[in-house]
Amino acid sequence: MSHGVEIAGTGMHPFGRHGAMSATTMGAVAVRRALDEAGPRTSFEAAFCGTAYGGVAAGHRVLGELGLTGGPIIDIEAGCASGAAALSLAAAAIRGGQYESVLVFGIEKMPKGMIRSSFFDPWREQAGLAATPAYFALRAQRLMIDSGITSDQLASVVVKNRRHGVHNDDAMFRKEVTIEDVLASKVVCEPLHLFMLCSPNEGGAAVVLRAGDGGVQVRAAVLRSHLPGHVLNEGSPLCGLVDGAPSAPTERAAQDAYAAAGIGPDELDVIECQDTDAARELLAYEELGLCAPGESGRLLDEGATALGGRVPVNPSGGLLSKGEPLGASAIGQVVELTRQLQGRSGARQVDGARVALAQTVGRGANASVVILTG
Amino acid sequence: MSETRPVVEGMFDDEGLIGGACAACGRRHFPRAGSCPWCGEGAVTSARLSVEGRLWSWTSVHTAPPGYDGPVPFGFGVVELTDDALQVVTRLTEADPQRLAVGDTMVFTTTLVADETTSWAFAPVTP
Repeated sequence: MSHGVEIAGTGMHPFGRHGAMSATTMGAVAVRRALDEAGPRTSFEAAFCGTAYGGVAAGHRVLGELGLTGGPIIDIEAGCASGAAALSLAAAAIRGGQYESVLVFGIEKMPKGMIRSSFFDPWREQAGLAATPAYFALRAQRLMIDSGITSDQLASVVVKNRRHGVHNDDAMFRKEVTIEDVLASKVVCEPLHLFMLCSPNEGGAAVVLRAGDGGVQVRAAVLRSHLPGHVLNEGSPLCGLVDGAPSAPTERAAQDAYAAAGIGPDELDVIECQDTDAARELLAYEELGLCAPGESGRLLDEGATALGGRVPVNPSGGLLSKGEPLGASAIGQVVELTRQLQGRSGARQVDGARVALAQTVGRGANASVVILTG
Repeated sequence: MSETRPVVEGMFDDEGLIGGACAACGRRHFPRAGSCPWCGEGAVTSARLSVEGRLWSWTSVHTAPPGYDGPVPFGFGVVELTDDALQVVTRLTEADPQRLAVGDTMVFTTTLVADETTSWAFAPVTP
């Protein structure tokens, strides 16, 4: 027996910096809001919690605070795709008939500054070979060479997303910036300036999934890892092959998600993608098939990916506005897109949005693509 | 070089990088692993990698990343070792990105990353 999977409720705890407040408390706020939105006396049979830095039994602590333990509670770590990994397992469990109702949430309270990860051996940190933004910068540099992207275009991605984020109460940065502001911010690793990088931060996000064929449907929730051979995949290997670089994890996740949903990139109305850095968003345009390889700069310049354009990308303001609480960010994307499909997004509403896609990619490498219809 | 020690054992020495070569698929990798990361076969032997390559991507790190106590800014990049069919992540001795260009010829060297501690690096060949 196979079921449709619908999103019955959404909840957010704002992304930002919240002083002494714990990830547990932020998670509890998001979960309570999602359950309330799903309706009175909403219950769930199982819970999946995405977190990378939450520690042991992070999900139990959240549901313990709400008196909602008893069923299976499963913590899932998949780097920046942790929340989407949780969603993919939850959706599959409903589709397969195991559960009727599942809670999915993500939480994080990131240390300040450059992300430190147990992924790297101590010697690699000591050698200066574990600077995460430096790997982003190498990729950005290649995008500039391969796709003819300019510094102004990188800055324009930030300008676009920060303009979108002005309308998002749950975002960390809610002030517009100009190309000049972005290029005047300090250089972290050429060609990336500080404003071109998202800020690791804190927050929570939750959705309630339910078996059913109405409302906003989860049409695909796919997670893929990297194939060996590419030196700049998020697996951060120390070497790659000169020839025969395999397709990126996002490309593979997207192809599988399009096939599962029976939906192609031309049918998308609105997208939330992993704008960890400005170049990463442009790469996503190419990897998701929104444009041909090398055409991401043109798509941006045409305004196609801004609110009011053909296929707005990151109407929430993206991670560049919201910041990135790793475990929560992918669920935050799904919350945003669900509300877009329900026509609830106010000043940042994409008119008539019926088909939406969320993408994350990060440490592992892990990439996810979620397709929703409303 | 007698006053310094490598930041990690067995991956490089003063002569160059030490990688692995797979008897099954013939491809090379770095650092040497217990089995071939490309095809999974276990018949891997040590192989000295080329000391000359071409610059494929580069940046400069301006803020000391976590766990790093050496000087900033420092050069960081990917060099293609054509003869080994490998791209290798490496420190670069040149920290000014404006002085580098894609395809530049680069040669193996070592660089100080902390007191008396060295990492492998590549340096541009000055014309």
